[in-house]
Amino acid sequence: MTIKINDLTLTFGSVTVLDKLNLDIADGEFLVLLGPSGCGKSTLLNCIAGLLDVSEGQIFIGGKNVTWEEPAQRGIGMVFQSYALYPQMTVEGNLTFGLKIAKMAKDEIEKRVARAAEILQIGPLLDRKPAALSGGQRQRVAIGRALVRDVDVFLFDEPLSNLDAKLRADLRVEIKRLHQRLKNTMIYVTHDQIEAMTLADRIAIMKSGLIQQLASPADIYNRPVNKYVAGFIGSPEMTMFKGELRGNAFEVNGVSIPVGDYGFDGGRADRPAWFGIRPEHVETGDAAKAQPFHLETTVDIVEPMGSDTLVWAKVGGEDLRIRMDGQARVGEGDKIFVGFTAARAHMFDQGTEKRL
Amino acid sequence: MAMSSATAINPSGAKPKPLFAPGRVLIYTLLIVTSIYYLVPLYVMIITSLKDLEMIREGNIFIPTLRPTFDAWVKAWSAACTGLNCTGLAPGFWNSVFITIPSVIVSIAVASVSGYSLANWPFKLAEWCFTILLVGSFIPYQVFLYPLVIITREMGIYSTLYAVIFVHTVFGLPILTLLFRNYFASLPDELFKAARVDGAGYWRIFFSVFVPMSLPIFTVAVILQVTGIWNDFLFGVIYAGPTNYPMTVQLNNIVNSLQGVKEYNVEMAATILTGLVPLTIYFLSGKYFVRGIAAGAVKG
Repeated sequence: MTIKINDLTLTFGSVTVLDKLNLDIADGEFLVLLGPSGCGKSTLLNCIAGLLDVSEGQIFIGGKNVTWEEPAQRGIGMVFQSYALYPQMTVEGNLTFGLKIAKMAKDEIEKRVARAAEILQIGPLLDRKPAALSGGQRQRVAIGRALVRDVDVFLFDEPLSNLDAKLRADLRVEIKRLHQRLKNTMIYVTHDQIEAMTLADRIAIMKSGLIQQLASPADIYNRPVNKYVAGFIGSPEMTMFKGELRGNAFEVNGVSIPVGDYGFDGGRADRPAWFGIRPEHVETGDAAKAQPFHLETTVDIVEPMGSDTLVWAKVGGEDLRIRMDGQARVGEGDKIFVGFTAARAHMFDQGTEKRL
Repeated sequence: MAMSSATAINPSGAKPKPLFAPGRVLIYTLLIVTSIYYLVPLYVMIITSLKDLEMIREGNIFIPTLRPTFDAWVKAWSAACTGLNCTGLAPGFWNSVFITIPSVIVSIAVASVSGYSLANWPFKLAEWCFTILLVGSFIPYQVFLYPLVIITREMGIYSTLYAVIFVHTVFGLPILTLLFRNYFASLPDELFKAARVDGAGYWRIFFSVFVPMSLPIFTVAVILQVTGIWNDFLFGVIYAGPTNYPMTVQLNNIVNSLQGVKEYNVEMAATILTGLVPLTIYFLSGKYFVRGIAAGAVKG
């Protein structure tokens, strides 16, 4: 089902949570709403679900205006962060609650429960109460509750945030597998960029009720439209130098970085700007010397992370983060060569913070 | 040797207190004295109610009798006199039952649904209703006594049991509604949302999702209402009319009766009989009561 959101505005008293928001979601697309807490991503999801009354604008699901429809009439299933299973019902009771309300025939209910139990491997748990399940099992049952309704749109509200790191990774893959199998439209809210990057067909990065960028994970990583998106995506965060764009170089505290191979969006003009480079795009050693920009510097801090080592060094008096191989032998105080090309960098205007 | 490390076998944690530490002595003394303070009157009541009048006249109220008799209990229940009326407490007991049961059921039914609406289905004037309820539960009863006499008279139920039921139901509502509202507001919001996505409506969510999760708060409400209504004297005296007095009022009339010999044993038995209902309720549901009070208190 396609989803279309038209000038959606939501205000609580004098606070505007969503401001004339527009969004088009294709049939079968996996869209992730990503942003820090309070950016309006969960609010937007609740509006799509029909759990919040919108102040202005329309919501269309499958071409039908559902702005004022009840949640159950919208053909959606929803999975919550806290699982929200009915504690006094068994797993089977939880799965069939909505179907019984819809007065579905008994054999059809049985068929659907069996299918959900097979897909999510919760067959042996059907007679248990939620209290007797682990966190991962509970979230599976919660997904099952959406699954049995056989809906065209799945809404996930931070479904993995209450799970520990290992389970989160496991269930993330399961959700991806589920999407491949069911091929229905999924909208997934999270503040975790790993979940967003791994699951999404497209990511909508939100801030203060506005969508900052809506694009594929690769586009968002490679061409962030503004400084906010650039800083939000990528772990460890990219280094940002504050300086001046002058002619063919970016000047920061007397260090001149050539920007001849940077792909400018518009024309090049001298101005105060930000220059961002991701830690994984900084070369060291001999590879650094081959880069358009390189210099020798001293290592400040070394953070070994197993697969990678994050190294902090100074360029023009500013911190530069460098991602090196996990086996790299560097120590604090060592002299190393660092270098990078402006082709992998991101520059933003200091006033508008938009990409140059 | 492996056990050579001395630190490994040293006890850890706080040092246990000796049995007769000053703090403990103080606590236990206080507890024992308080228990005696409350239990001695009960003890005196029970043994006095088991004596006949002759034994009582012997004077020592603390010594139990060797020949206990239940005559006083029987008389208190079925033959004690209030003025010229020698029917005992029994009619009062049945009046109280007839008042308590509908008042408890109706007030809890209405208050739980109102609390649920206030907590989960915010409407335009919800905040106002909440404030009014809050104010309402703190206004002293005495203010409403006379207006309610007129209201019940106009309704044509003054001086009947229905008047008492009506008044108890109305007076129970503000505090019970607050109690239920706070409890329902403390239940996870996502549960309510999940039920709505599942297609459950107003009543379905209430009965299938919320009520089964709310046993503790319903227990609290039942206890508050049963004891409050059973122990009430004021409303019974004012609105029931002389032929419909509840048990408390009849007890008062028996105890304060000025005619004839003062029958202490009957009075003691009558008093215990009257207190038996709330006492039983407390004993049966103490656990849930504490749980419910705690749960309702957390979120406002």
